[in-house]
Amino acid sequence: MQLINREEVLKKIDALKNKDVYIHMEMTMGAYTSHRDQSVHPASNFIKNVIIKYEHGTLSESSPYRIGLKINGGWVYAEGMTHWDETDKDRVIISGNDKDGKLIAALQISTEPF
Amino acid sequence: MIDKKRILVVLPHPDDEVFPMSGTLAEYIYEGSTVTYACLTLGEMGRNLGNPPFANRVTLPQVRLKELEESCQIIGIQDLRCLGFHDKTIEFEPHEYLDGRILTIIEEIQPELIFTFYPGYGVHPDHNACGAAVIRIVNGMKKEDRPVVMCTAFPTDNDLGKPDVVNKIGIYMEQKIGALKAHSSQFRIPELESDFNEEHDTFMKRIGTERFWIYQFEEAE
Repeated sequence: MQLINREEVLKKIDALKNKDVYIHMEMTMGAYTSHRDQSVHPASNFIKNVIIKYEHGTLSESSPYRIGLKINGGWVYAEGMTHWDETDKDRVIISGNDKDGKLIAALQISTEPF
Repeated sequence: MIDKKRILVVLPHPDDEVFPMSGTLAEYIYEGSTVTYACLTLGEMGRNLGNPPFANRVTLPQVRLKELEESCQIIGIQDLRCLGFHDKTIEFEPHEYLDGRILTIIEEIQPELIFTFYPGYGVHPDHNACGAAVIRIVNGMKKEDRPVVMCTAFPTDNDLGKPDVVNKIGIYMEQKIGALKAHSSQFRIPELESDFNEEHDTFMKRIGTERFWIYQFEEAE
């Protein structure tokens, strides 16, 4: 994983628009969050291999990035994105990693299921 | 204050009007101005749902629309337009679509004065994207056709220099407090619940002044 290259990610998001794609989307505070600090209210969610079709997608100007995919009647939105997998040629693999490198959030787009 | 008659307010969320400009708008309206308020979203992604919560993710947009209508009535805003964009997505909308929707209203109203957020100084991405759209549109107009654009900016994030307009809202505090209370899912102000104490006075003093920066457009056409 490398720090997000905005132009390259935009190209990949553009290449996957207007077709059926699988998405994986996730946000997590970690399973041990309230074990370490009981004042924290732990929460997380993920949704995997849901098929969507977006007509337009873009990301904000600087890291940590916000990403928006405009779909028929709604949106896919992610905030806090820092890293991408620059080696993956066909898929968009993006995550938000904290200062310790741990994953906080993820957004992945592919024409094949994850 | 500048004496203007046709005013357009462009803000992204119900309640954005309250703290920065509700007293000033009430004053303009009392002096005979007409105000159209283009509110881009219904603030449907807001985290405040009342405490204890009386709204949920499904009901929040309608709750906030009602609150916005009440706020507008109290301030005196004659014309409210809800543009139906989705909260948190203004920065992602294609510029031609976003600008086109706002431009249609500008062409219809022909405002002499527009209120919006100063791009880059709104903290929330929707605030910045909303202000940037207004500036792009007005910048594209002929110099002699451009309305004055008065921008609000967050004081915590502000190297804009001194504001061009500092308006002490005086008696229009009544409308401002009314507008604030109308947005009951979003604001709960403990300072307002007791009448005579130091916190109450400090709060009233703080919100009694509204500040604006007049956007300076480039001279070139």
